Amino acid sequence: MRDQRLWTWHVMAGLVILVFLGLHMTIMHLDAIVGIFNPADPHPIAWANVVARARMGFFTVSYIVLLGAALFHGLYGLRNILFELGPGRGVKSVLNVALTVGGVGLFVFGAWAAWAAGVLARTL
Amino acid sequence: MTAPDNVTFRIRRYDPASQQPPAWEDVTIPYTHGMTVLDGLRVIKETRSATLAWRSSCRMGVCGSCGMFINGHPRLACNTQITELGTSLVTVAPLPNFDIIRDLVPDLRPMFDAHAALMPHIIRTDVEEMHEPTGEYFQTPHELEQFLQFTYCIKCGCCMAACPTVATDPAYSGPMPLAQSHRYNADSRDGGFGARKKVLATEKGPWKCHYAGECSQACPKGVDPARAIQLMKRQLVFDYLKLYKQPCPSKVTQKPTEVRRRPDVPEAPAATI
Repeated sequence: MRDQRLWTWHVMAGLVILVFLGLHMTIMHLDAIVGIFNPADPHPIAWANVVARARMGFFTVSYIVLLGAALFHGLYGLRNILFELGPGRGVKSVLNVALTVGGVGLFVFGAWAAWAAGVLARTL
Repeated sequence: MTAPDNVTFRIRRYDPASQQPPAWEDVTIPYTHGMTVLDGLRVIKETRSATLAWRSSCRMGVCGSCGMFINGHPRLACNTQITELGTSLVTVAPLPNFDIIRDLVPDLRPMFDAHAALMPHIIRTDVEEMHEPTGEYFQTPHELEQFLQFTYCIKCGCCMAACPTVATDPAYSGPMPLAQSHRYNADSRDGGFGARKKVLATEKGPWKCHYAGECSQACPKGVDPARAIQLMKRQLVFDYLKLYKQPCPSKVTQKPTEVRRRPDVPEAPAATI
């Protein structure tokens, strides 16, 4: 049952990434039409716009959700590739633990960075 | 290609009793009109090399016994014309991704074990009706379409030989067993999805399929196992999300009693079961 669960989450994470990819494309290339994500400057990666977005709670949450989805999606794919090399059951268990611990560690670090960026942006 | 005068068969020979590694043997025989690879092997066995071993039976692409690796592709030897290959050099080896029993005979037991583990048969609760049928299970033409193409599988193993995942992952069930499992999951008369799910939801299930599509390319009967595997993945994802409702197996339907036979249609012969 675990493989069914992991695959379903893999697909769901892919959908989340797709949504955020759409958001990224909108911010970077369509904001001249939409006009809400780049309040300070017409150029989307201008420093003032980056700071303005970092102050918005919506973007802090978006960064954290995208980080979780991308990490799970990518690490599950990596796990599948490594498992196809034909490791034994013991090595598979070690890989499962290593990828889980590595993934959770990266998520915690990345989530902290996103949150800290938001806090820092509010002080500027 | 115009028919050649002679055909050279480069055959992979292996005899486990000899303790020697597999080796190639070249045999040239005269081409005869309409010769298939299987015909050529028979000529070689009768006239040149009596110890050559392979598996074949029906000689008309129905039994699925003579799957071989012919000029780099898994094919049925009985279904492959020499002229179709476009060369007078025919390389014949046993199907890859299987152990070799001898010469061109692969050991198909792992494939059939995986097939049996996925319960490729109708599963219902009305066992009595199945053993002593009082009528027929109702099925519409649309319901039949959902699985019909997968019933054409002859279990030759060509899809397993072509699959890159089977080549690397011994835990993966492979395209034939998975497609046959889907054939029954998609059958409106069947109620065995829950039982099969116990195997499909594990690492033996469809998750490792990359959708390379080689299985569908290789199938000599035009079955599309890659499609079956993707449909199965969708079914299992929906099942996990509680969005899939296993339909009730179809009911037994009796013969219509109020319909009159047209006078120009002859009466059906008596039932034999």
